[in-house]
Amino acid sequence: MIVRISGEGQYRLDDADKGRLNELENAVVAIVEGGREDGFADAFKTLLDYVRTEGEQLGDEDLSSSDVIIPPADISFEEAGEDFTGEGLIPD
Amino acid sequence: MAGLTGRMSTVVKAKVSKLLDRAEDPGETLDYSYQKQVEQLQNVKKGIADVVTAKKRLQMQESSLQQNVVKLDTQARQALASGHEDLARTALERKNVAQTELQSLDGQVHELEDQQQKLIDSEQKLRAKIEAFRTKKEVIKAQYSAAEAQVRISEAATGVGEQMADVGLAMQRAVDKTENMRARADAVQELEAAGTFDDVTQLGGGEDDIDRQLKQLSSQPAVDDELSKMKAELGGGAAAAEAPQIAAGEGQPSEGGQA
Repeated sequence: MIVRISGEGQYRLDDADKGRLNELENAVVAIVEGGREDGFADAFKTLLDYVRTEGEQLGDEDLSSSDVIIPPADISFEEAGEDFTGEGLIPD
Repeated sequence: MAGLTGRMSTVVKAKVSKLLDRAEDPGETLDYSYQKQVEQLQNVKKGIADVVTAKKRLQMQESSLQQNVVKLDTQARQALASGHEDLARTALERKNVAQTELQSLDGQVHELEDQQQKLIDSEQKLRAKIEAFRTKKEVIKAQYSAAEAQVRISEAATGVGEQMADVGLAMQRAVDKTENMRARADAVQELEAAGTFDDVTQLGGGEDDIDRQLKQLSSQPAVDDELSKMKAELGGGAAAAEAPQIAAGEGQPSEGGQA
């Protein structure tokens, strides 16, 4: 499974890590949906750090496309919220 | 994957496939995307230059505020020496506010400097990535023309497309950040301009809102302290030397003053 952290790079994770990744992501989603801004940064960082430490970073010359793309590490709570409801991080 | 990453993945992939579907030849599309990214990188550079300009403006404001602090201090001494304690107090209140403003400006300037450095770093990284794409897309185009292993080629094009979309997003964010920073610097500058700490002699009878707010903002005990310190200094016989030009017949040390 290839995961991209947007603006940072791609990581190859074991398919078995998918469950844990999903849990971490759901935690972030719950925080965003619950409007709990103070918990957002930590939860999102936990998700990113999991990918960074468990995954093997791919070189820039790798041309694989990603299975999962995580928003950039510096997104704000507001942006994360807009990502659900608004036009998302990448407007057309 | 639901939520954040699901949405992000879907949006990026949709963007990439739209990009690749648009032209018969993915090579053309890659050329076009590359061109757009080079242009976008120019915007990032321009944004950084704007931030540097905004920072310089704030620094100039800082130095004029510093001059104001000195000037207000002098004016307070002169006013006190000539027995105008109210005026002296007003000058000290303004000096106090000016000093607080100075500290906050200083913080803003440092923050802008940090951000500027980060943007310069990411601009360099992005430039390196774009340069790498330039080479890669040529390889893909050559393969495509040879019409060999089409499936693998289009996979490669998708991968490159994804990376390009991602670089595009990173650049968009960098540009947005420079705009935010410039806007914030401008806002600080406007605030400063609205609260210009000018000559106390311009203080007529009529106080405006800003004057009143300044007084509320200024910390009274600090002003009281400074005023009594100044009185003690002037009372120590320095008064005549400190403010000879405004003596105008009432040059007595104002210890005790007109309360």
